[in-house]
Amino acid sequence: MAEEKTGTKKKDVVIEVRGLVNGFGSKILHDHIDLNVYRGEVIGVVGGSGSGKSVLLRSIISLIRPKEGVIKVFGQQTGEIEGAQMRKLEMRWGVLFQAGALFSSQTVAENIKVPLREYTSMSEKLMDEIAAMKLTMVGLPPDTADKYPSELSGGMIKRAALARSLALDPELLFLDEPTAGLDPISANQFDELIKQLQKALGLTVFLVTHDIDTLRAVTDRIAVLVNKKLVIGTLAELRKSDDPWIKDYFSGVRGRAALADMEEA
Amino acid sequence: MTLIESASAEPEAWFKLDRDSRTLAVGGAWTISESARLDRELNGLELSGGELAIDGSKISRLDSAGAWLLLRTRRAVEAQGGKVSRFDLPDLYQPLIENLDREQDAEKRKPRLPTGFRGRLYKIGRATIHGYYQGVSILGYLGRVTVETGEAIVAPRHNLRVAAIFHQIEETGINALPIVGLLSFLIGVVLAYQGADQLKQFGTEIFTINLLGVGLLREIGGLITAIIVAGRSGSAFTAHIGTMRVNEEIDAMQTMGLNTVDTLVLPRIIGLVIALPLLTFFADIMGLIGGAMMCYISLDITFPVFLRQLNDAVSVNTLMVGLIKAPVFAFVIALVGCYEGFQVERNAASVGQLTTRSVVEAIFLVIVLDAAFSIMFSVLGI
Repeated sequence: MAEEKTGTKKKDVVIEVRGLVNGFGSKILHDHIDLNVYRGEVIGVVGGSGSGKSVLLRSIISLIRPKEGVIKVFGQQTGEIEGAQMRKLEMRWGVLFQAGALFSSQTVAENIKVPLREYTSMSEKLMDEIAAMKLTMVGLPPDTADKYPSELSGGMIKRAALARSLALDPELLFLDEPTAGLDPISANQFDELIKQLQKALGLTVFLVTHDIDTLRAVTDRIAVLVNKKLVIGTLAELRKSDDPWIKDYFSGVRGRAALADMEEA
Repeated sequence: MTLIESASAEPEAWFKLDRDSRTLAVGGAWTISESARLDRELNGLELSGGELAIDGSKISRLDSAGAWLLLRTRRAVEAQGGKVSRFDLPDLYQPLIENLDREQDAEKRKPRLPTGFRGRLYKIGRATIHGYYQGVSILGYLGRVTVETGEAIVAPRHNLRVAAIFHQIEETGINALPIVGLLSFLIGVVLAYQGADQLKQFGTEIFTINLLGVGLLREIGGLITAIIVAGRSGSAFTAHIGTMRVNEEIDAMQTMGLNTVDTLVLPRIIGLVIALPLLTFFADIMGLIGGAMMCYISLDITFPVFLRQLNDAVSVNTLMVGLIKAPVFAFVIALVGCYEGFQVERNAASVGQLTTRSVVEAIFLVIVLDAAFSIMFSVLGI
């Protein structure tokens, strides 16, 4: 049913944030922010170091309880539901943590099988096949399956972690700085991969990043965390913004280089 | 059966094989929640060679698990020499299938371990080689630490970390006083009670004090202290150094030119070598107090009588024989603790494994050394 609706009703809200306040002690990070994320879009969240990008992500996936405000994911208010309902909701999203967060005592294949084993009654053989398929999907060679995370390079760890977060075929994917710490070539490949998977699987992606190239390559809209508020728009809109931080961000040396050919276009 | 319940409004996944037109019609929501059932049912399907058409136009929802099942079916047909003439899917899901179909044909990976008898043989061989290298490695480590400790004692260097040594004495010695004191007090009580019980039968209760004095001072005081410290401080050494390895702190120290033996190992070894004899002495005294109390309660031997009999029973030599072993135990405990810490690999499980191993090895070595000391003393006639 939900699927059929998407055809007619374009703006199906997946994440809805209303009046969110977050902070530590007396320091306020988010001051009553609102955000809508629609089905099938890729939204990028940027902001200075310490502006609370990761905190925003963590409060949406309810790792952090916000001080105030309402967060709804797939129409369900996180923090209000618990137990089985929460688990059901958690199955519909996948999270790629900044450092991968693969379980270090298990091989890559076992890592991918963890959610499958927990939530489905698949046979061992099918789980093996699915794990191998996910690895291919994220562009890792088949022999990675038997390796331990300590035997992988940084880029491979990110890909393996992405494979794990895709294990249950989530509709919504959270990525926390997916390209941080990767060389530019790997970062480009990762951008490409995310775009491809997003298209193929029809994912909604919530992306926290620092990387202007990534923003430009994969996002539909961008939310900038500045002065404890969110400024939301497309890349072209944001580049016309008067806010000094946003201006700096997109027209600094790095920003200009990354966006150079957009000028000509 | 499955924990995932399909959304109630979604039609269930189904497939139908029409043998006459050789068409496999599939439809419904082919998603991960249905995949366990579909997997079983598809496996039961007889797909002999020949042409087959897969008609997926009735599919209402498809995710990668469902797509994989379809692809797998197609491959199974092709592997049996058949051909898939048609493979229809709604346009929406074409990219997904194309994405999955790329370079999936990579050759089957081999399992890492051989199975059966060969697997067992492989494991034995691997363990043997591992044991050999472990032995060589710990011997090399012992050599390095001995040389550096010797150098530090003979010619104290400016870089000997005095503050760190005192910190270790506090950690391993002073902080261990309550537990060591309590346990040895209880051991004294038990020893006195059991000794008194037996010796009463011969009317020689007074020799309970001899048993207590010699037993505690020569053997039990030192042994119990060493075992407590191995469990308490040896494990702490391994866990601390191991966690530093996991965090790449050891690597960072090496790149800064800091000698890890100087900074991490020597303070621990020297600290424990100083602390353990003192702890042993403390344990001896607490054990005797416990014994004296028990003697008073169950045998009515007063404290002055206890002391007079103890004076006859033991000499300074008895105490020294017990204490002389303590620095050796301390050296072994600290050495094993630090060595195992450096063996930690960069994962969380490894810290736990090696901490366990370090405690077991330390206690094992302490008891073996104690036996060796006993033999040595009896040969020397002490």
